[in-house]
Amino acid sequence: MIKLSDKTIAAIEENATRYPDRNSVLMFGLWKAQEELGHLSPEAIEAVAEAVRVPRAKAQGVATYHSLYWKKPVGENVIMLCTNVACTLMGAETILEHIENRLGIKEGHTTPDGKFTLQEVECIGSCGYGPAMVINETFYFDLTINKIDDILAKL
Amino acid sequence: MDRILLKNVDVPNIHDIDVYMAHGGYISLDKAFAMDPKDVLEEVKRSGLRGRGGAWFPAGMKWQFCVEVPKFPKYLIANADEGEPGTFKDRPFLETDPHQLIEGMIVSAYAIGASGGYIYLRGEYPDGYRTLNTAIKQAYDRNLLGKNIKGTDFSFDLTVHRGAGAYICGEASALIESLEGKRGQFRVRPPYMATHGAFAMPTVVNNVETLVNVSHIINHGADWWGSIGTKESPGPKVFGISGHLNRPGLYEEAMGVTLRELIYERGGGIRGGKKLKGVIPGGVSTSMLTPDFLDMKMDVKSLQDAGSAIGSGALMVMDEDTCIVHIVWRAMAFFQHESCGRCTPCREGTDWMLQILARMENGGGRMEDLDILADVCHTIHHNCFCPLGEGAVMPVLSSLKYFRHEYEEHIKAGKCPKGLRARVRH
Repeated sequence: MIKLSDKTIAAIEENATRYPDRNSVLMFGLWKAQEELGHLSPEAIEAVAEAVRVPRAKAQGVATYHSLYWKKPVGENVIMLCTNVACTLMGAETILEHIENRLGIKEGHTTPDGKFTLQEVECIGSCGYGPAMVINETFYFDLTINKIDDILAKL
Repeated sequence: MDRILLKNVDVPNIHDIDVYMAHGGYISLDKAFAMDPKDVLEEVKRSGLRGRGGAWFPAGMKWQFCVEVPKFPKYLIANADEGEPGTFKDRPFLETDPHQLIEGMIVSAYAIGASGGYIYLRGEYPDGYRTLNTAIKQAYDRNLLGKNIKGTDFSFDLTVHRGAGAYICGEASALIESLEGKRGQFRVRPPYMATHGAFAMPTVVNNVETLVNVSHIINHGADWWGSIGTKESPGPKVFGISGHLNRPGLYEEAMGVTLRELIYERGGGIRGGKKLKGVIPGGVSTSMLTPDFLDMKMDVKSLQDAGSAIGSGALMVMDEDTCIVHIVWRAMAFFQHESCGRCTPCREGTDWMLQILARMENGGGRMEDLDILADVCHTIHHNCFCPLGEGAVMPVLSSLKYFRHEYEEHIKAGKCPKGLRARVRH
């Protein structure tokens, strides 16, 4: 059984004051738990359900509905590469292949040393600056193979 | 056209309330508060403002429906879940110039009589989440949000609700479900949002860019604002143009700018001096068009007449080397991934079409596949509750109409003529 930190619980309680119905805090609670624990295991989701006071099934339902809640452990650096239409037009698939080869993993997987997770994502709102990716909340635009090598070497 | 909405995006620290106010920020509040809320609503109606998220519903009419319902509290929600592939037009108002959105929301809430507000922000914009939260706090500290704003009787609270990656949450009723802590699946209407929206109360959901326009309408008047653009779809619009262009990016234009101007003037023409093959004019859910439409005006009616839609103003440009089958396959992978699974035609249809398109791209296409694709599209069309399924149909039907020969080439050659492959997801 996972216990959320006092800080996370306090944040959840503060967020609850902003809605007429406590159920609305669920997404916020899942975000906070993910920040604290790295990913949302079934136990973590249960802890959020308890803190928000919603049924566990409901929390599980919302957590699995959204692609940015990690249900499996992720690496230290999560590479979210957009391959949607605009980025694909600009060569995102070549970039994806290059990262796969460089890291020795397929999309959707984590390197054995736990350093990188590579995740193909749907549109990240960077269509005019593609191919684009996000690593740990930092955006990278106009990607080329050379740029990727530079970025990954520094992480 | 002089920039109106993006006028201040290059001003250093415009996200800071002092800088924003030094550039004329929050003036529309004084103007609005000196007016009766009804007159603010009338002014917005008179301007002809239409919703800029893709549906282009008259904003004033949407507000009116909500105002007429004698139930309180009412809610105003900014739809900042921009997820239509190709769309990145709202980012300046979420990450760079957030007070413009907050100001627009306060004026709009005043007109509607809303006391509660939420910005439903897509999870993919973490900078926006931080920037908006800081801006909202600054606005509270200045009594521009909260109780008795600027000493008036009007109170309005505003909170950012962070999404977590689900395209369908950009649909108003799914957004509200998600806001209420449920899985973001659409609601069957009626009842409508105007009577039973968020928390079963009267609610208006407006796109970010729609709300941003409101303070400009109040500041300069409906006549001035309505004189920009075309008569049936007036005002300034931020177009996001992407794909094979020399200068892709965001461009603020008067509605009615031509496709040619966007591509060859603002966008600097096609990269590498190549020829234009086609465009997706308003986001992945809108029908592809060919270069024959270059002199078409980018406004609601012209796009409708062309058999497509202006959508969110997200123009994607494809050069002569583009494989249309590959692009339609990739679009379908998106729709299949984002289908919420509730309506069978959309859930099964997108998956089926994805398999056919992948097989075709990888060399196993059959001539009868083209009929099957059209048939699946007709089964989805008008048989789903929300617009996601409808959107999934558009790239397929339009490409079959304009680029059928490319499908046939794939089938006859038993491979993609450009040597591309459709990847299978892990």
